[in-house]
Amino acid sequence: MGVDSKPAVVVGAGPAGLCAAIELKRAGAPVVLMDENGKPGGQLFKQIHKFFGSREHSAGTRGFEIGRRLLADSLELGIDVRLDTEVVGIEPGLGVWAVERRSRSYTLEAGCVILATGASENGLAFPGWTLPGVMTAGCAQTLVNVHRVLPGRRVLIVGSGNVGVIVGYQLLQAGAEVAAIIEGAPALGGYGVHTAKVRRAGVPFYCGTTILRAEGEEGVERAVIAKVDRGFKPIAGTEETLEVDTICIAVGLTPALDLAYLAGCKPIFVPELGGNMPLHDGYMRSSVEGVYVVGDTAGVEEASTAMEEGRLAGIHAAYALGFLGEAAMRERTEATWGRLDSLRQGVFGQKRFAAKARILAEGKVRA
Amino acid sequence: MSGEASSGGRRIASHPILGEPEAAREVTIYLDGAAIAAKEGEPIMSALVAAGVGVFRHTKRGSPRRMFCGIGRCTDCVMTVDGIPGVRTCVTPVREGMLVERQEGAGSWKGGEGHGRR
Amino acid sequence: MSSTNASLKTDGAPSIEELRAAGVLPSREQLAQRPCVCVECIEEIPCNPCETSCPQGALTVGDPITNLPVIDRDKCTACGACIPACPGLAITIKSLSGDLAKIRFPWEYLPLPEAGEEVDMVDRMGMTVCRGKVVAVSNPPRNNRTAVVAAEFPAERVDEVISIRRNHE
Repeated sequence: MGVDSKPAVVVGAGPAGLCAAIELKRAGAPVVLMDENGKPGGQLFKQIHKFFGSREHSAGTRGFEIGRRLLADSLELGIDVRLDTEVVGIEPGLGVWAVERRSRSYTLEAGCVILATGASENGLAFPGWTLPGVMTAGCAQTLVNVHRVLPGRRVLIVGSGNVGVIVGYQLLQAGAEVAAIIEGAPALGGYGVHTAKVRRAGVPFYCGTTILRAEGEEGVERAVIAKVDRGFKPIAGTEETLEVDTICIAVGLTPALDLAYLAGCKPIFVPELGGNMPLHDGYMRSSVEGVYVVGDTAGVEEASTAMEEGRLAGIHAAYALGFLGEAAMRERTEATWGRLDSLRQGVFGQKRFAAKARILAEGKVRA
Repeated sequence: MSGEASSGGRRIASHPILGEPEAAREVTIYLDGAAIAAKEGEPIMSALVAAGVGVFRHTKRGSPRRMFCGIGRCTDCVMTVDGIPGVRTCVTPVREGMLVERQEGAGSWKGGEGHGRR
Repeated sequence: MSSTNASLKTDGAPSIEELRAAGVLPSREQLAQRPCVCVECIEEIPCNPCETSCPQGALTVGDPITNLPVIDRDKCTACGACIPACPGLAITIKSLSGDLAKIRFPWEYLPLPEAGEEVDMVDRMGMTVCRGKVVAVSNPPRNNRTAVVAAEFPAERVDEVISIRRNHE
């Protein structure tokens, strides 16, 4: 097996990156896991709800429990985890340029690079959107679930996908009031079981509704909403004012692609998964030799799919570096794809399945 | 402090899923000279929101700002920390005696030594 | 937009008609015979902890795991293990006895209600439909922080009631 191997460098210690690093380390490959934050786990630790899926997907387990388990595994395996370490460049020949604690920079020659840099929440511009009190749903979620601080007392949530609805529920659990969840489309986006939980707590949903403006002197004091027509244009005379001090924007995420672009990865535009993302094949290999892309970076889905994609890349990278035999690689890749496919089923999953199939079809060109 | 009434920030005592808060050492930070109780290890943003601080800074045109993404990607939450302007308060942990100041626009360097994470 | 589950997809909660159409609402006769598990899960998402939680094998999802759960009422002993197991908090157990109905439902808020407490019973839109009384509250570690509350209320409301009002004290 491989000797004197340059390490696999995994960028991002969220669920995808952690799973990739764990696979590599278990195969005996040298691996370095870097994260720009002071704590690993990505967005996993603020997920306090029970996950869906099946037992093999850790269904019924709360997100932060999965995070703790992954961290414990990585510690037990002795993975070289470098926190407060920002990767600012990927040079041809896979030199990973890292800056540690904003004070020391170094280049690590990598055998391969796995980009697991996640995604960013989208903004929504409307008059007053910069006022204190307007924030992303994820920001509110971080505040209540990680820092245990309420962002405000009465919240309007804009966007009814799972993120907005789950954060609405978690704000209720934290002791805030949710005045309403509004959705521009004619129907709600999130799972029915998520919306039902919040609805029976008395939170109203308004479809075909947009936010016109946020009002207030030094912070949000009111939100003005209105109905929209089929073209998403506000309908005059339907304005309503809500007394809120917080407005959470939950209108989707976009893959974080800085490093993928720097590395030269070819993108593909897939609106269902968040916009532009790097092309990849069934092993999560990008168009650049030795660079893999996994998790939300490769298309916005869920923590459970991110973990499986991380495993795919970790398994293949271990093989590519000479630490895993081909038969074992193929068998474990197939098993992982089985679990991934079952997560991409049903009324919500099938759109993601079709979108990923388009990426894979084009991504095969470099297989 | 402006915006206090509407900021509504406060700490969550018992939580149905998270349970009781973990014991944490209290530290004192200073916002524009006023002492604020903070928990060791938490980001500046969290201590300020818990203390009911409604405004973190103003832009050059006088627009009040606080926080937006909360995870270090958007720079809405920047303040001047220990003399260094433009520090992201959502990813910078508090330290005993830390001096946090509201800045106008990009703020200005006050000779700080770089403890804060930008 | 499809009219399937219109109430669920515009108001956020299923209507009683939608639940009946999905076959998940037990009849009054069934409720009077024995406690009935009500799984208000009417969208196909990949999820099956209810199946794995049932010690009697009374809940079946099968393969693919997007199948809607099916309850075998002959096998079900109403032990209630499925109530905290469902990540969507979509499962309750209801029964009828004379002019009283009883519901056991999941609860993940503070304060936890207390046995003996008089409360407002709410429907799926969060509207108070009647008063009720909390009979028991359990939150053992195996529930992983999802408490189960049992409450009694007037029998005629058995189809509408789904929980208690959130700020119940």
